Amino acid sequence: MASLLAFLLFAGLAVVCALVALFHRSVVHSAFALLGTLLGVADLFLQLGADYLAMTQVLIYVGGILVLILFGLMLTPPDRRELRPARIFLGLAVTGAGALLFLTRMDSGAWKAAPLQELPDLANQASPTAEPIGLAFLERDSWLLAFEFASVILLAALVGAVFIARRRFRVDDEGA
Amino acid sequence: MNLFPIALPALTEAAAEPPSGDVGNPATDFLQGLLPEAVPWWMLTLLGAGLAFAAVMLFVTVIAMFSVWLERKVAGHIQVRLGPMRVGGWHGWAQSIADGVKLLLKEDLAPEGSDKVLFKLAPMLVLATALATFVALPFAPGLVIADVDLGVFFILAVSSVTTIGVIMAGWGSNNKWSVYGAMREAAQVASYEIPLGLSLLPPILYFGSFSLVDASAQQAGIGAWAETSGQWFGMAWYILDPTRWLVSIPSFLIFFIALLAETKRAPFDLPESESELVAGFHTEYSGMRFSFFFLEEYAAMFVMGIVGVCFWFGGYSFPGITALEPGPLLTFLSILSFTVKGLLMVFVMMWVRWTLPRIRIDQVMSLGYKYLTPLALALVFVASLIEYFAFVIAG
Repeated sequence: MASLLAFLLFAGLAVVCALVALFHRSVVHSAFALLGTLLGVADLFLQLGADYLAMTQVLIYVGGILVLILFGLMLTPPDRRELRPARIFLGLAVTGAGALLFLTRMDSGAWKAAPLQELPDLANQASPTAEPIGLAFLERDSWLLAFEFASVILLAALVGAVFIARRRFRVDDEGA
Repeated sequence: MNLFPIALPALTEAAAEPPSGDVGNPATDFLQGLLPEAVPWWMLTLLGAGLAFAAVMLFVTVIAMFSVWLERKVAGHIQVRLGPMRVGGWHGWAQSIADGVKLLLKEDLAPEGSDKVLFKLAPMLVLATALATFVALPFAPGLVIADVDLGVFFILAVSSVTTIGVIMAGWGSNNKWSVYGAMREAAQVASYEIPLGLSLLPPILYFGSFSLVDASAQQAGIGAWAETSGQWFGMAWYILDPTRWLVSIPSFLIFFIALLAETKRAPFDLPESESELVAGFHTEYSGMRFSFFFLEEYAAMFVMGIVGVCFWFGGYSFPGITALEPGPLLTFLSILSFTVKGLLMVFVMMWVRWTLPRIRIDQVMSLGYKYLTPLALALVFVASLIEYFAFVIAG
């Protein structure tokens, strides 16, 4: 009962804020509404006993990505030439594919939807997850290869970002 | 209104709590002794959360008022003047109370063209996140509101939400200077989170835990770590371990520099630099809403100082105190030691502020990315090697 109440509270927060983010006329308000969505989702992670994931969600998405989104919004003038139909089509295609995947998988195996009242009380019996996650990444015969691959991809992204943002010296100008 | 984010972890706990379980919050434990048996668990939890919130609010207010007075005195003495001397008599001790009353009585203004919703929401969000970080602080052995296993990670995560509040304030004010301040805050805080987090990794590796509770207990030699308490008059402080000096001292220095940038303190107070941006993101605020930003600043300084104290300087432990029998005296002296250590860190931050000139924003950025981050990464590598060999030697 209590876990259901907490679930409804934070799932509601996430959904309402997501709707505000979608439909608000001001794009900055939309970005600020994402704060509520991200915090609501973080709390859902917490209720599922994934404490490390919840904290990472707040630290990375709120402290990093949302700040960058706001930073970008404040610096960018609105684009008058935006191709609305194309974007709407692309958005529908992506969300539709995601929803289709979810709906086809929901009834099978581990995804089997449980009645809300029988939600397992995961947050209460949960043990800290930081240690198992660390071990799963670094132990032999575990996700070590995937972890290292991810780090190489991130490094490539970092080098690419620096390359794009680097200061361009004009050598072709006269007298330079 | 501010209750919402502070209650977020407590509420989750409360909601997940089966009627038979132990709540594990000192406030609820205290209430359980007072109230009759028949009180339902959810009411107990709510009351406990309320009591814990009230205690934190009182503590933060007193700390912030003392810090404001201290800042004015420190500034005064560094500039060869006396600072406040009149209000209340002895060295102007009541100056902060007078300031507080003044701020309470001032008119609450919102500029004509401001975004009313964001303008009013921002100070609440900022103060609420600052208060929420107190949840994971171990004030004394066994005295912590929520024993979060990821203690320091929780504090970093929650305090990163403050940035959103500051951007909200800058944007909502509809003032160019405020937006500049907000953008500087965004750039600066997002950059310094990296060296701040990395500089915390050497002590985390040393203690094998993210939890401030564990780190303090380990350094005080309490519970499972009782055998380590022989060192240095019963203190196994990280900074006092000679085998770790190679990493503990530089990592603390990086932590301290990054902390100044995170809490927007001079020489990194670019978001509110008064000579260029009037007062940055809080230019348009008055009265109580302005004082919320003020409270947040001092609360954040104290919390970050305490993170440093818990990881490098032994948390609440102090020679002579740790050896006492568990009881009210131990708890009281531990809280005292904890508070004094935190205020000492705050004092050093003030000392730095009134000594060093403000640096330029491009210097702030290059210091963060070109020097502190690589250095912190190298320290993490060296610390891992040291801890690995210490582990191998210990068998």
